[in-house]
Amino acid sequence: MDYVNIVSIFCAAFAVSFGAIGPALAEGRAVAAAMDAIARQPESANTISRTLFVGLAMIETTAIYCLVIALLLLFANPMMP
Amino acid sequence: MDSPLQSLPLFMVGPVPIMPAVVVTWAIMAVLVLGAALLTRRLTVVPSKAQAAAELLVDTMDRQIRDVTGAAPAPYRAFIGTLFVFILTANWSSLIPGVTPPTGAMETPAALAALVFLSIIYFGVRGGGVRGFLRGFALPNPAMIPLNMLESVTRSFSMFVRLFGNVMSGVFVIAIVGSLAALLVPIPLMALDLLTGAVQAYIFAVLSMVFITSAVEKGEPQLKEA
Repeated sequence: MDYVNIVSIFCAAFAVSFGAIGPALAEGRAVAAAMDAIARQPESANTISRTLFVGLAMIETTAIYCLVIALLLLFANPMMP
Repeated sequence: MDSPLQSLPLFMVGPVPIMPAVVVTWAIMAVLVLGAALLTRRLTVVPSKAQAAAELLVDTMDRQIRDVTGAAPAPYRAFIGTLFVFILTANWSSLIPGVTPPTGAMETPAALAALVFLSIIYFGVRGGGVRGFLRGFALPNPAMIPLNMLESVTRSFSMFVRLFGNVMSGVFVIAIVGSLAALLVPIPLMALDLLTGAVQAYIFAVLSMVFITSAVEKGEPQLKEA
């Protein structure tokens, strides 16, 4: 097996696993903050959860970028023979 | 395993290759257009059950749009509502066996994001005129012009990657799990996929609304304060 393949597979797994850490921590903090806010002000739960969903999607995008990079490495790698 | 980043043409019309995603999109368009036409053919003051359901949907969308923009929902209802209903139907079309959702191929989310990019310009120009829209790029100060221009492209691009990545990864995971254990095991993942699909449709609609609103608000003439 060519070393480019090995490096690509390794880097794809590396990108997804380490790319998921940051968004996971960030989403945890966002949800915790939203829970806190809803517990304080249950009447504004609608607005908070809507904003939370939009924010979560924004945060999640970074992990999705990592996934796309990993798929590019695996399936559309320009260096691969 | 097939690459999720490229799709093979289903058949050719002359020199134009027709992708499976396009065929599914046509089917969804036909269903949505026919459904909307049938629902609104005989509107009555005292609504039938179907009309009441449709009114509920439209009312909910109107309320969401009003919450996000703080303005009347009428100019945005058609575009945002169609986006939401189309993406929701497309994401949930994976429930039909043998159908891959068109939003899981690269072309459809890219086209939708391009539509949002154009509509931001359209609504921005309509709200504040060409000068007002262009002035919005120089806020809060002219040093931000390159960054704002870059942002207007990257946010559309990130909408494209977000929708594509979420739907495609759902389809991909189900395919992998299905190849390992095809009986009953993928069902919880498919249920999760339904939730993701609904959330992504909602997010796409809300984000395009947020971006359009910010373009419109930036273009509005500044109120003199004190």
